[in-house]
Amino acid sequence: MNLARRYAPPALSARFWPVWQRNFLVWKKLALPSILGNLADPLILLFGLGYGLGAVIGELEGTSYFAYLAGGFVASATMYAATFESLFSAFSRMHVQRTWEAIVNAPLTLDDVVTGEWAWCASKALAAGVAVLIVVALFGYVSSALALAAIPVVLLIGLAFGALGLSINALASSYDYFSYYLTLALTPMMILSGVFFPVERLPEAIQAIAVVLPLYHGVAIVRPMLSGALAPGLLVHLAVLAAYAIVAFYVAVVLTRRRLLK
Amino acid sequence: MNGAPALSARGLRKSFGETEVVRGVDIEVPPGECFGLLGPNGAGKTTTLKLCLGLSDPDAGTIELLGEPVPRRAREARRHVGVVPQFDNLDPDFTVTENLVVYGRYFGMQVREIEARIPQLLEFAGLAGRAQAKIQTLSGGMRRRLTLARALVNDPKLIFMDEPTTGLDPQARHLIWEHLRHLTLEGRTLVLTTHFMEEAERLCRRVAIMDHGRIIAEGSPRQLVARHIESQVVEVHGQGIEAWMARAASLVPRVERAGETVFCYASDVKPVLESLAGQSELVYLHRPASLEDVFLKLTGRDLRD
Repeated sequence: MNLARRYAPPALSARFWPVWQRNFLVWKKLALPSILGNLADPLILLFGLGYGLGAVIGELEGTSYFAYLAGGFVASATMYAATFESLFSAFSRMHVQRTWEAIVNAPLTLDDVVTGEWAWCASKALAAGVAVLIVVALFGYVSSALALAAIPVVLLIGLAFGALGLSINALASSYDYFSYYLTLALTPMMILSGVFFPVERLPEAIQAIAVVLPLYHGVAIVRPMLSGALAPGLLVHLAVLAAYAIVAFYVAVVLTRRRLLK
Repeated sequence: MNGAPALSARGLRKSFGETEVVRGVDIEVPPGECFGLLGPNGAGKTTTLKLCLGLSDPDAGTIELLGEPVPRRAREARRHVGVVPQFDNLDPDFTVTENLVVYGRYFGMQVREIEARIPQLLEFAGLAGRAQAKIQTLSGGMRRRLTLARALVNDPKLIFMDEPTTGLDPQARHLIWEHLRHLTLEGRTLVLTTHFMEEAERLCRRVAIMDHGRIIAEGSPRQLVARHIESQVVEVHGQGIEAWMARAASLVPRVERAGETVFCYASDVKPVLESLAGQSELVYLHRPASLEDVFLKLTGRDLRD
């Protein structure tokens, strides 16, 4: 593929939709275990730390530690759901099952496939984020209807991490490759993005790293919404997430073209 | 479309890094023909197919598929094309029916429209009782037939098949051949790659033999045999083959040795058969020359991978 075509902007078309539908049909067969799988991990941590550590810490930034943590976990559960779908599940469709190869023999382009996968990762992340939101609301840790405004933000977090994951997927040689991304990128991001404690308490050099991380901006928007406040600098946070989503999606498309359209 | 070729490719070239795998290929397939692209592994067959489908951009050359320029309008061309890939890529999470529905949607078809075609497709694939079967429960032959049925979901005018019967037992292979003949009778164009010469001989009206990225011979299987090789073959092996070979060389125009077997090619092999009559140690097979002999003569007997 010549360079101009490889680096051209993604050609978006409505043809991505059947790819989304395909993934949805698979998911429908295993919907309940899939949602529980996406929920179990964040909820175990949330309840464990929220009640356990919360008993020691007491209040943080004027709310109970559980409520503080809940805002962070809505964002981080979204991040992980988008990431796992765009790494392991997308890799098995792309590489192991050769599903993408079958699709591009039909009148879809690789751009359509990556777009469909991206939309799907974001949808699954949306489901996971909203599920966590519902659980914390049921336990009384949502005190405002403004929490509903967190739903589109969750979608945006899903788009950002779905696109990042699809970029990594396009570089992967096997499933093992993903542990680098998970342990070297996502775990530190989880620690540094204000999910567990306020970033402002960290040394300034580390704060400087935190503010470029997409999860930091997701947490910064979602947490105040659950108690009915808009984050200061809301538009900046949204713009950073949107920039991550758009740039990473472009990178994912180019890297996937490089991998599959030789 | 009348009279215009279903597929025409001119001067195709394609390199991967330093290696040029397609080195100036011309192909023209009229509508309704079954065309075979033959070649050893690594000859450039699969790459040529990918170029024709617009899944890879040629470094040079032009392609027209069903009247559309490729790769520029490959998407439009692929609306009327079916593909049977070399490797099974059915969706393992789905049933037989779901595989067809999901694949039909990629062509922009409505679910109702696809479902209306399914009984006919399953009938064709010999899977009529298996509509709800999981893919994992199907045998290799059934999967191959389902892949073929899937390639027909959009009622294609042209079907590309990359080694359609590799890995199948003779029963399954003969059944697939029967299906493919049926497709050409319906007026569809077939372009298949294979390294089974028998398959090409039985199915293809015209074949091209490809090696090292070039087409080195082209014509009907019969023409190729007549043009490139003597009409009769005697294969001989056994004790004392060395001594006998020295004599055989004077009896027929061409003698070839591969390992412990000697191949004698001639239009009249009577002298060879007479010379073998008294040799109880030697085992021989006398047969008409086939496309495989042409293939081996043109591409050599060395292993390719």
